[in-house]
Amino acid sequence: MAAILPADDANRVDRSEPEPNAMKPPPPRRRVAPWADGLFAALSQGAAWLTLALMIGIIGSLIIGAAPALKAFGLGFLTSAEWDPVQEKFGGLVMIYGTLASSFIALIIAVPVSFGIAIFLTELSPSWLKRPLGIAVELLAAVPSIVYGMWGLLVFGPILATFVQQPLQAVFAGVPYIGALFSGPPVGIGILSAGIILAIMIIPFIASVMRDVFEVTPPMLKESAYGLGATTWEVVSRVVLPYTKTGVVGGIMLGLGRALGETMAVTFVIGNMNQLNSLSVFEAANSITSTLANEFAEAGEGLHQASLMYLGLVLFLITFVVLTISKLLLARLKKNEGARS
Amino acid sequence: MNFVQVSKSLAIVATLSGAHVAFAQDVTGAGATFPAPIYAKWADAYNKATGARINYQSVGSGAGIRQIKAKTVDFGASDMPLKDDELAKDGLVQFPTVIGGVVPVVNIKGIAPGQIKLTGTVLADIYLGKITKWNDAALTALNPGVPLPDAAIAPVARADGSGTTFIFTNYLSKVSESWKTQVGEGTTVKWLAGTAGKGNEGVAAFVQRLPNSIGYVEYAYVKQNKMTYVQLKNKDGQWVNPSDDAFKAAAAGADWNKTFYQITTDQPGKAAWPLTNPTYILMFKSQDKAANASAALKFFEWAYANGDKMADELDYVPLPAAVKDLVRKQWGEIKDTSGKAIAFK
Repeated sequence: MAAILPADDANRVDRSEPEPNAMKPPPPRRRVAPWADGLFAALSQGAAWLTLALMIGIIGSLIIGAAPALKAFGLGFLTSAEWDPVQEKFGGLVMIYGTLASSFIALIIAVPVSFGIAIFLTELSPSWLKRPLGIAVELLAAVPSIVYGMWGLLVFGPILATFVQQPLQAVFAGVPYIGALFSGPPVGIGILSAGIILAIMIIPFIASVMRDVFEVTPPMLKESAYGLGATTWEVVSRVVLPYTKTGVVGGIMLGLGRALGETMAVTFVIGNMNQLNSLSVFEAANSITSTLANEFAEAGEGLHQASLMYLGLVLFLITFVVLTISKLLLARLKKNEGARS
Repeated sequence: MNFVQVSKSLAIVATLSGAHVAFAQDVTGAGATFPAPIYAKWADAYNKATGARINYQSVGSGAGIRQIKAKTVDFGASDMPLKDDELAKDGLVQFPTVIGGVVPVVNIKGIAPGQIKLTGTVLADIYLGKITKWNDAALTALNPGVPLPDAAIAPVARADGSGTTFIFTNYLSKVSESWKTQVGEGTTVKWLAGTAGKGNEGVAAFVQRLPNSIGYVEYAYVKQNKMTYVQLKNKDGQWVNPSDDAFKAAAAGADWNKTFYQITTDQPGKAAWPLTNPTYILMFKSQDKAANASAALKFFEWAYANGDKMADELDYVPLPAAVKDLVRKQWGEIKDTSGKAIAFK
C-alpha cells in the first residue's frame, strides 16, 4: 500500500493541473516493483503453455488408452458397424453416424431459427420487447442439459410420437423407400428427437452470437441502404450479413461444437441402440458420447475399454476437423472480401 | 461478542469435531450400482448405530473391480462374480451380500400382471428378433385364452452396462443355444432388436410408455411402479411369479460350499425364480491397511446380523443364514501383513 499511495498522489496532482501544453511529455513512470512485469509475463505465458500441455497430454493419454483397439482394428474401426462387447468385436460406424446425423439435424433446425431470432431482435422488434425476449433466449442456455434430456424423454418424445411420427407412418405406410424413412417403434425416440433436442440446446448460443454481431453493424451503413430505398430484407441480406458473416459462421460453429459433444440430453432420447439397419430418423440409434456415458463404468479392462477410448479419440478428431474447416471457411471469406473491394 | 459470532464459533467447533469423528474410521468402497441403495441404507443405519462411516460410490461393477485392483478403495463391489482363478491371480476374495431378482415386464393393453407366461427360449427369441408379433404361434401356445394382440413386439433393453443385463443375458445363454452363439452374456451385449433405456428407470419409462413393449428391470422397480410382470417357467418346469420367496428358493438351490462363484440363474427348485443372482464384494486377502479392512468387515458383519429387514424393505433378498456362516468362515482368510487374521467382530 505504502508504495502505491505516492503514485496515486502524483496522479491526482497531474489531473488537477491545467494543461498548459498538450505536447508535454508524460511524467516519468515510477517503477513500483521492477520484478512484477517479468512475473506477470511469465505467469501469462505459463497459462498459455499449460493449456497446450494439457491438450497434448489428453490426446496422448487417449492414444495410449486406445492403443490396444488401434492395434486390433486399425482404421477398419471407422467403417465397421459391429459393436459386440461379448465377442470383443468393435467398430464405431454406428456411433459416428449417430453423432454426425443428430448434429446435422440440429444445425438444419437451429440455424434458420436463430437467424430469425437475431433478425427480429435487431431489426424488427419494438424496443420494449427486445430486452425481455433477449433475456429469455439467453436463459435457455442456462438450462442444464440433463433437464433437456428428461423433458425430451417424458414430454417431448410422446408429443413427437403422437402428432408427428404416427401420422407420418400412417400416411406413408406401405410406400416403398419413403415409408422406410419413417419406420420404427412409435415412441418418439431416435435420431430425430436427439437432433431436435440438440437444436433447442444450441439455438440460444447461435442466436445470441448472431444478435451481438448484427448489432455491431454500423448504423450508417444500414441507414444509407434504407435511404436508397432498400427493404428490410435487402438491408439484412446485402448489408448486415456480408458485414457480419465471420461472426455468423463463428456462432454456428460454436453451436455445432456443443451439439457434437453433448452427452446427457442425447443419451436420454436417442434410444441407445447400435443399429444401422434402416436410415429411419425415428429408429433408435447411438452417439459417441452416449455410448461412452453408458458403457464406460462397466467396461472391463482390455479391448472394450480401449475401443471406448478410440471412440473418444474419434470425437476429438471430429471436433478438431470441424474447427479447422470453420477456420478455413473464415479465412476464405476474408480473402474474398479483399478481392471484391 | 454478539450472537452471530457465537454461533459462528460454535459452528466451527462442531465442524472440527465432526470431521475428527469421520476421520477416525472412514471406509471407502466402490462398484455396482444394483446394490447401491441397500449399501447406502446399511451405511446410514450403521453410522447411526456405531458412528463409523462407510462411503460407497456406485460407479458400476467394472469400475469397482478396477478400483479395488488399483487399491484406491477398501472394498470393491461387482454384480458379476470373478472366477476363482482370476481371484487367486490378484489375491482377492469375494463374498455375496444380498440377492436380487430381475423381472421381465410387458405393456399390453388388457393384460394383468402374471397373466402372460413365457419360457426362457421364447424370451430369447423375442430379444433375438425371431418372434416379432404378440400373437405369434409360440406365444399363443403358451398362453391359451389370453387375448394377445396382433401387434409388433417392441423389446426394450438396458443401454448402460449393468448387472441386471448380466443376469438377464446369462439366463438366456443358459436356456437358448442360439442366444449363446449370437449374443452371449455380459454387462453390455450386442442387442439385435428394439430400443434401450438408461438405467432401470429408463427401461421402466420406455416400457410404461411404449405399447406392446417388453423389458426387464430389477424387482424393486416392478413393485414400486406396479408394472405388468410375466410368469416364467423354471428349470423344474414350474410356472413361477416373481417374489421374495421365489428369489430365496433360487439362492438356496446353489451349492456355496466349494466356491462363492455362483451364478444362481436357472436354478433347480420348484419355487425358484430363474432370473436371480447375488451381488458381490471384493477385498484383498492380504491387507496393508488392517484398520480399514477390519472396519469394512465389521460393517458387513453388522449388516449380516441387522440388515435383513432393511434389505427386505428395498426388495432385495437377504442371504440364507448358512451362506452367511460360510462367508464368515472365509473372512478368516483376510489377513494383515503379519499374517494375523483381521477381526470382524
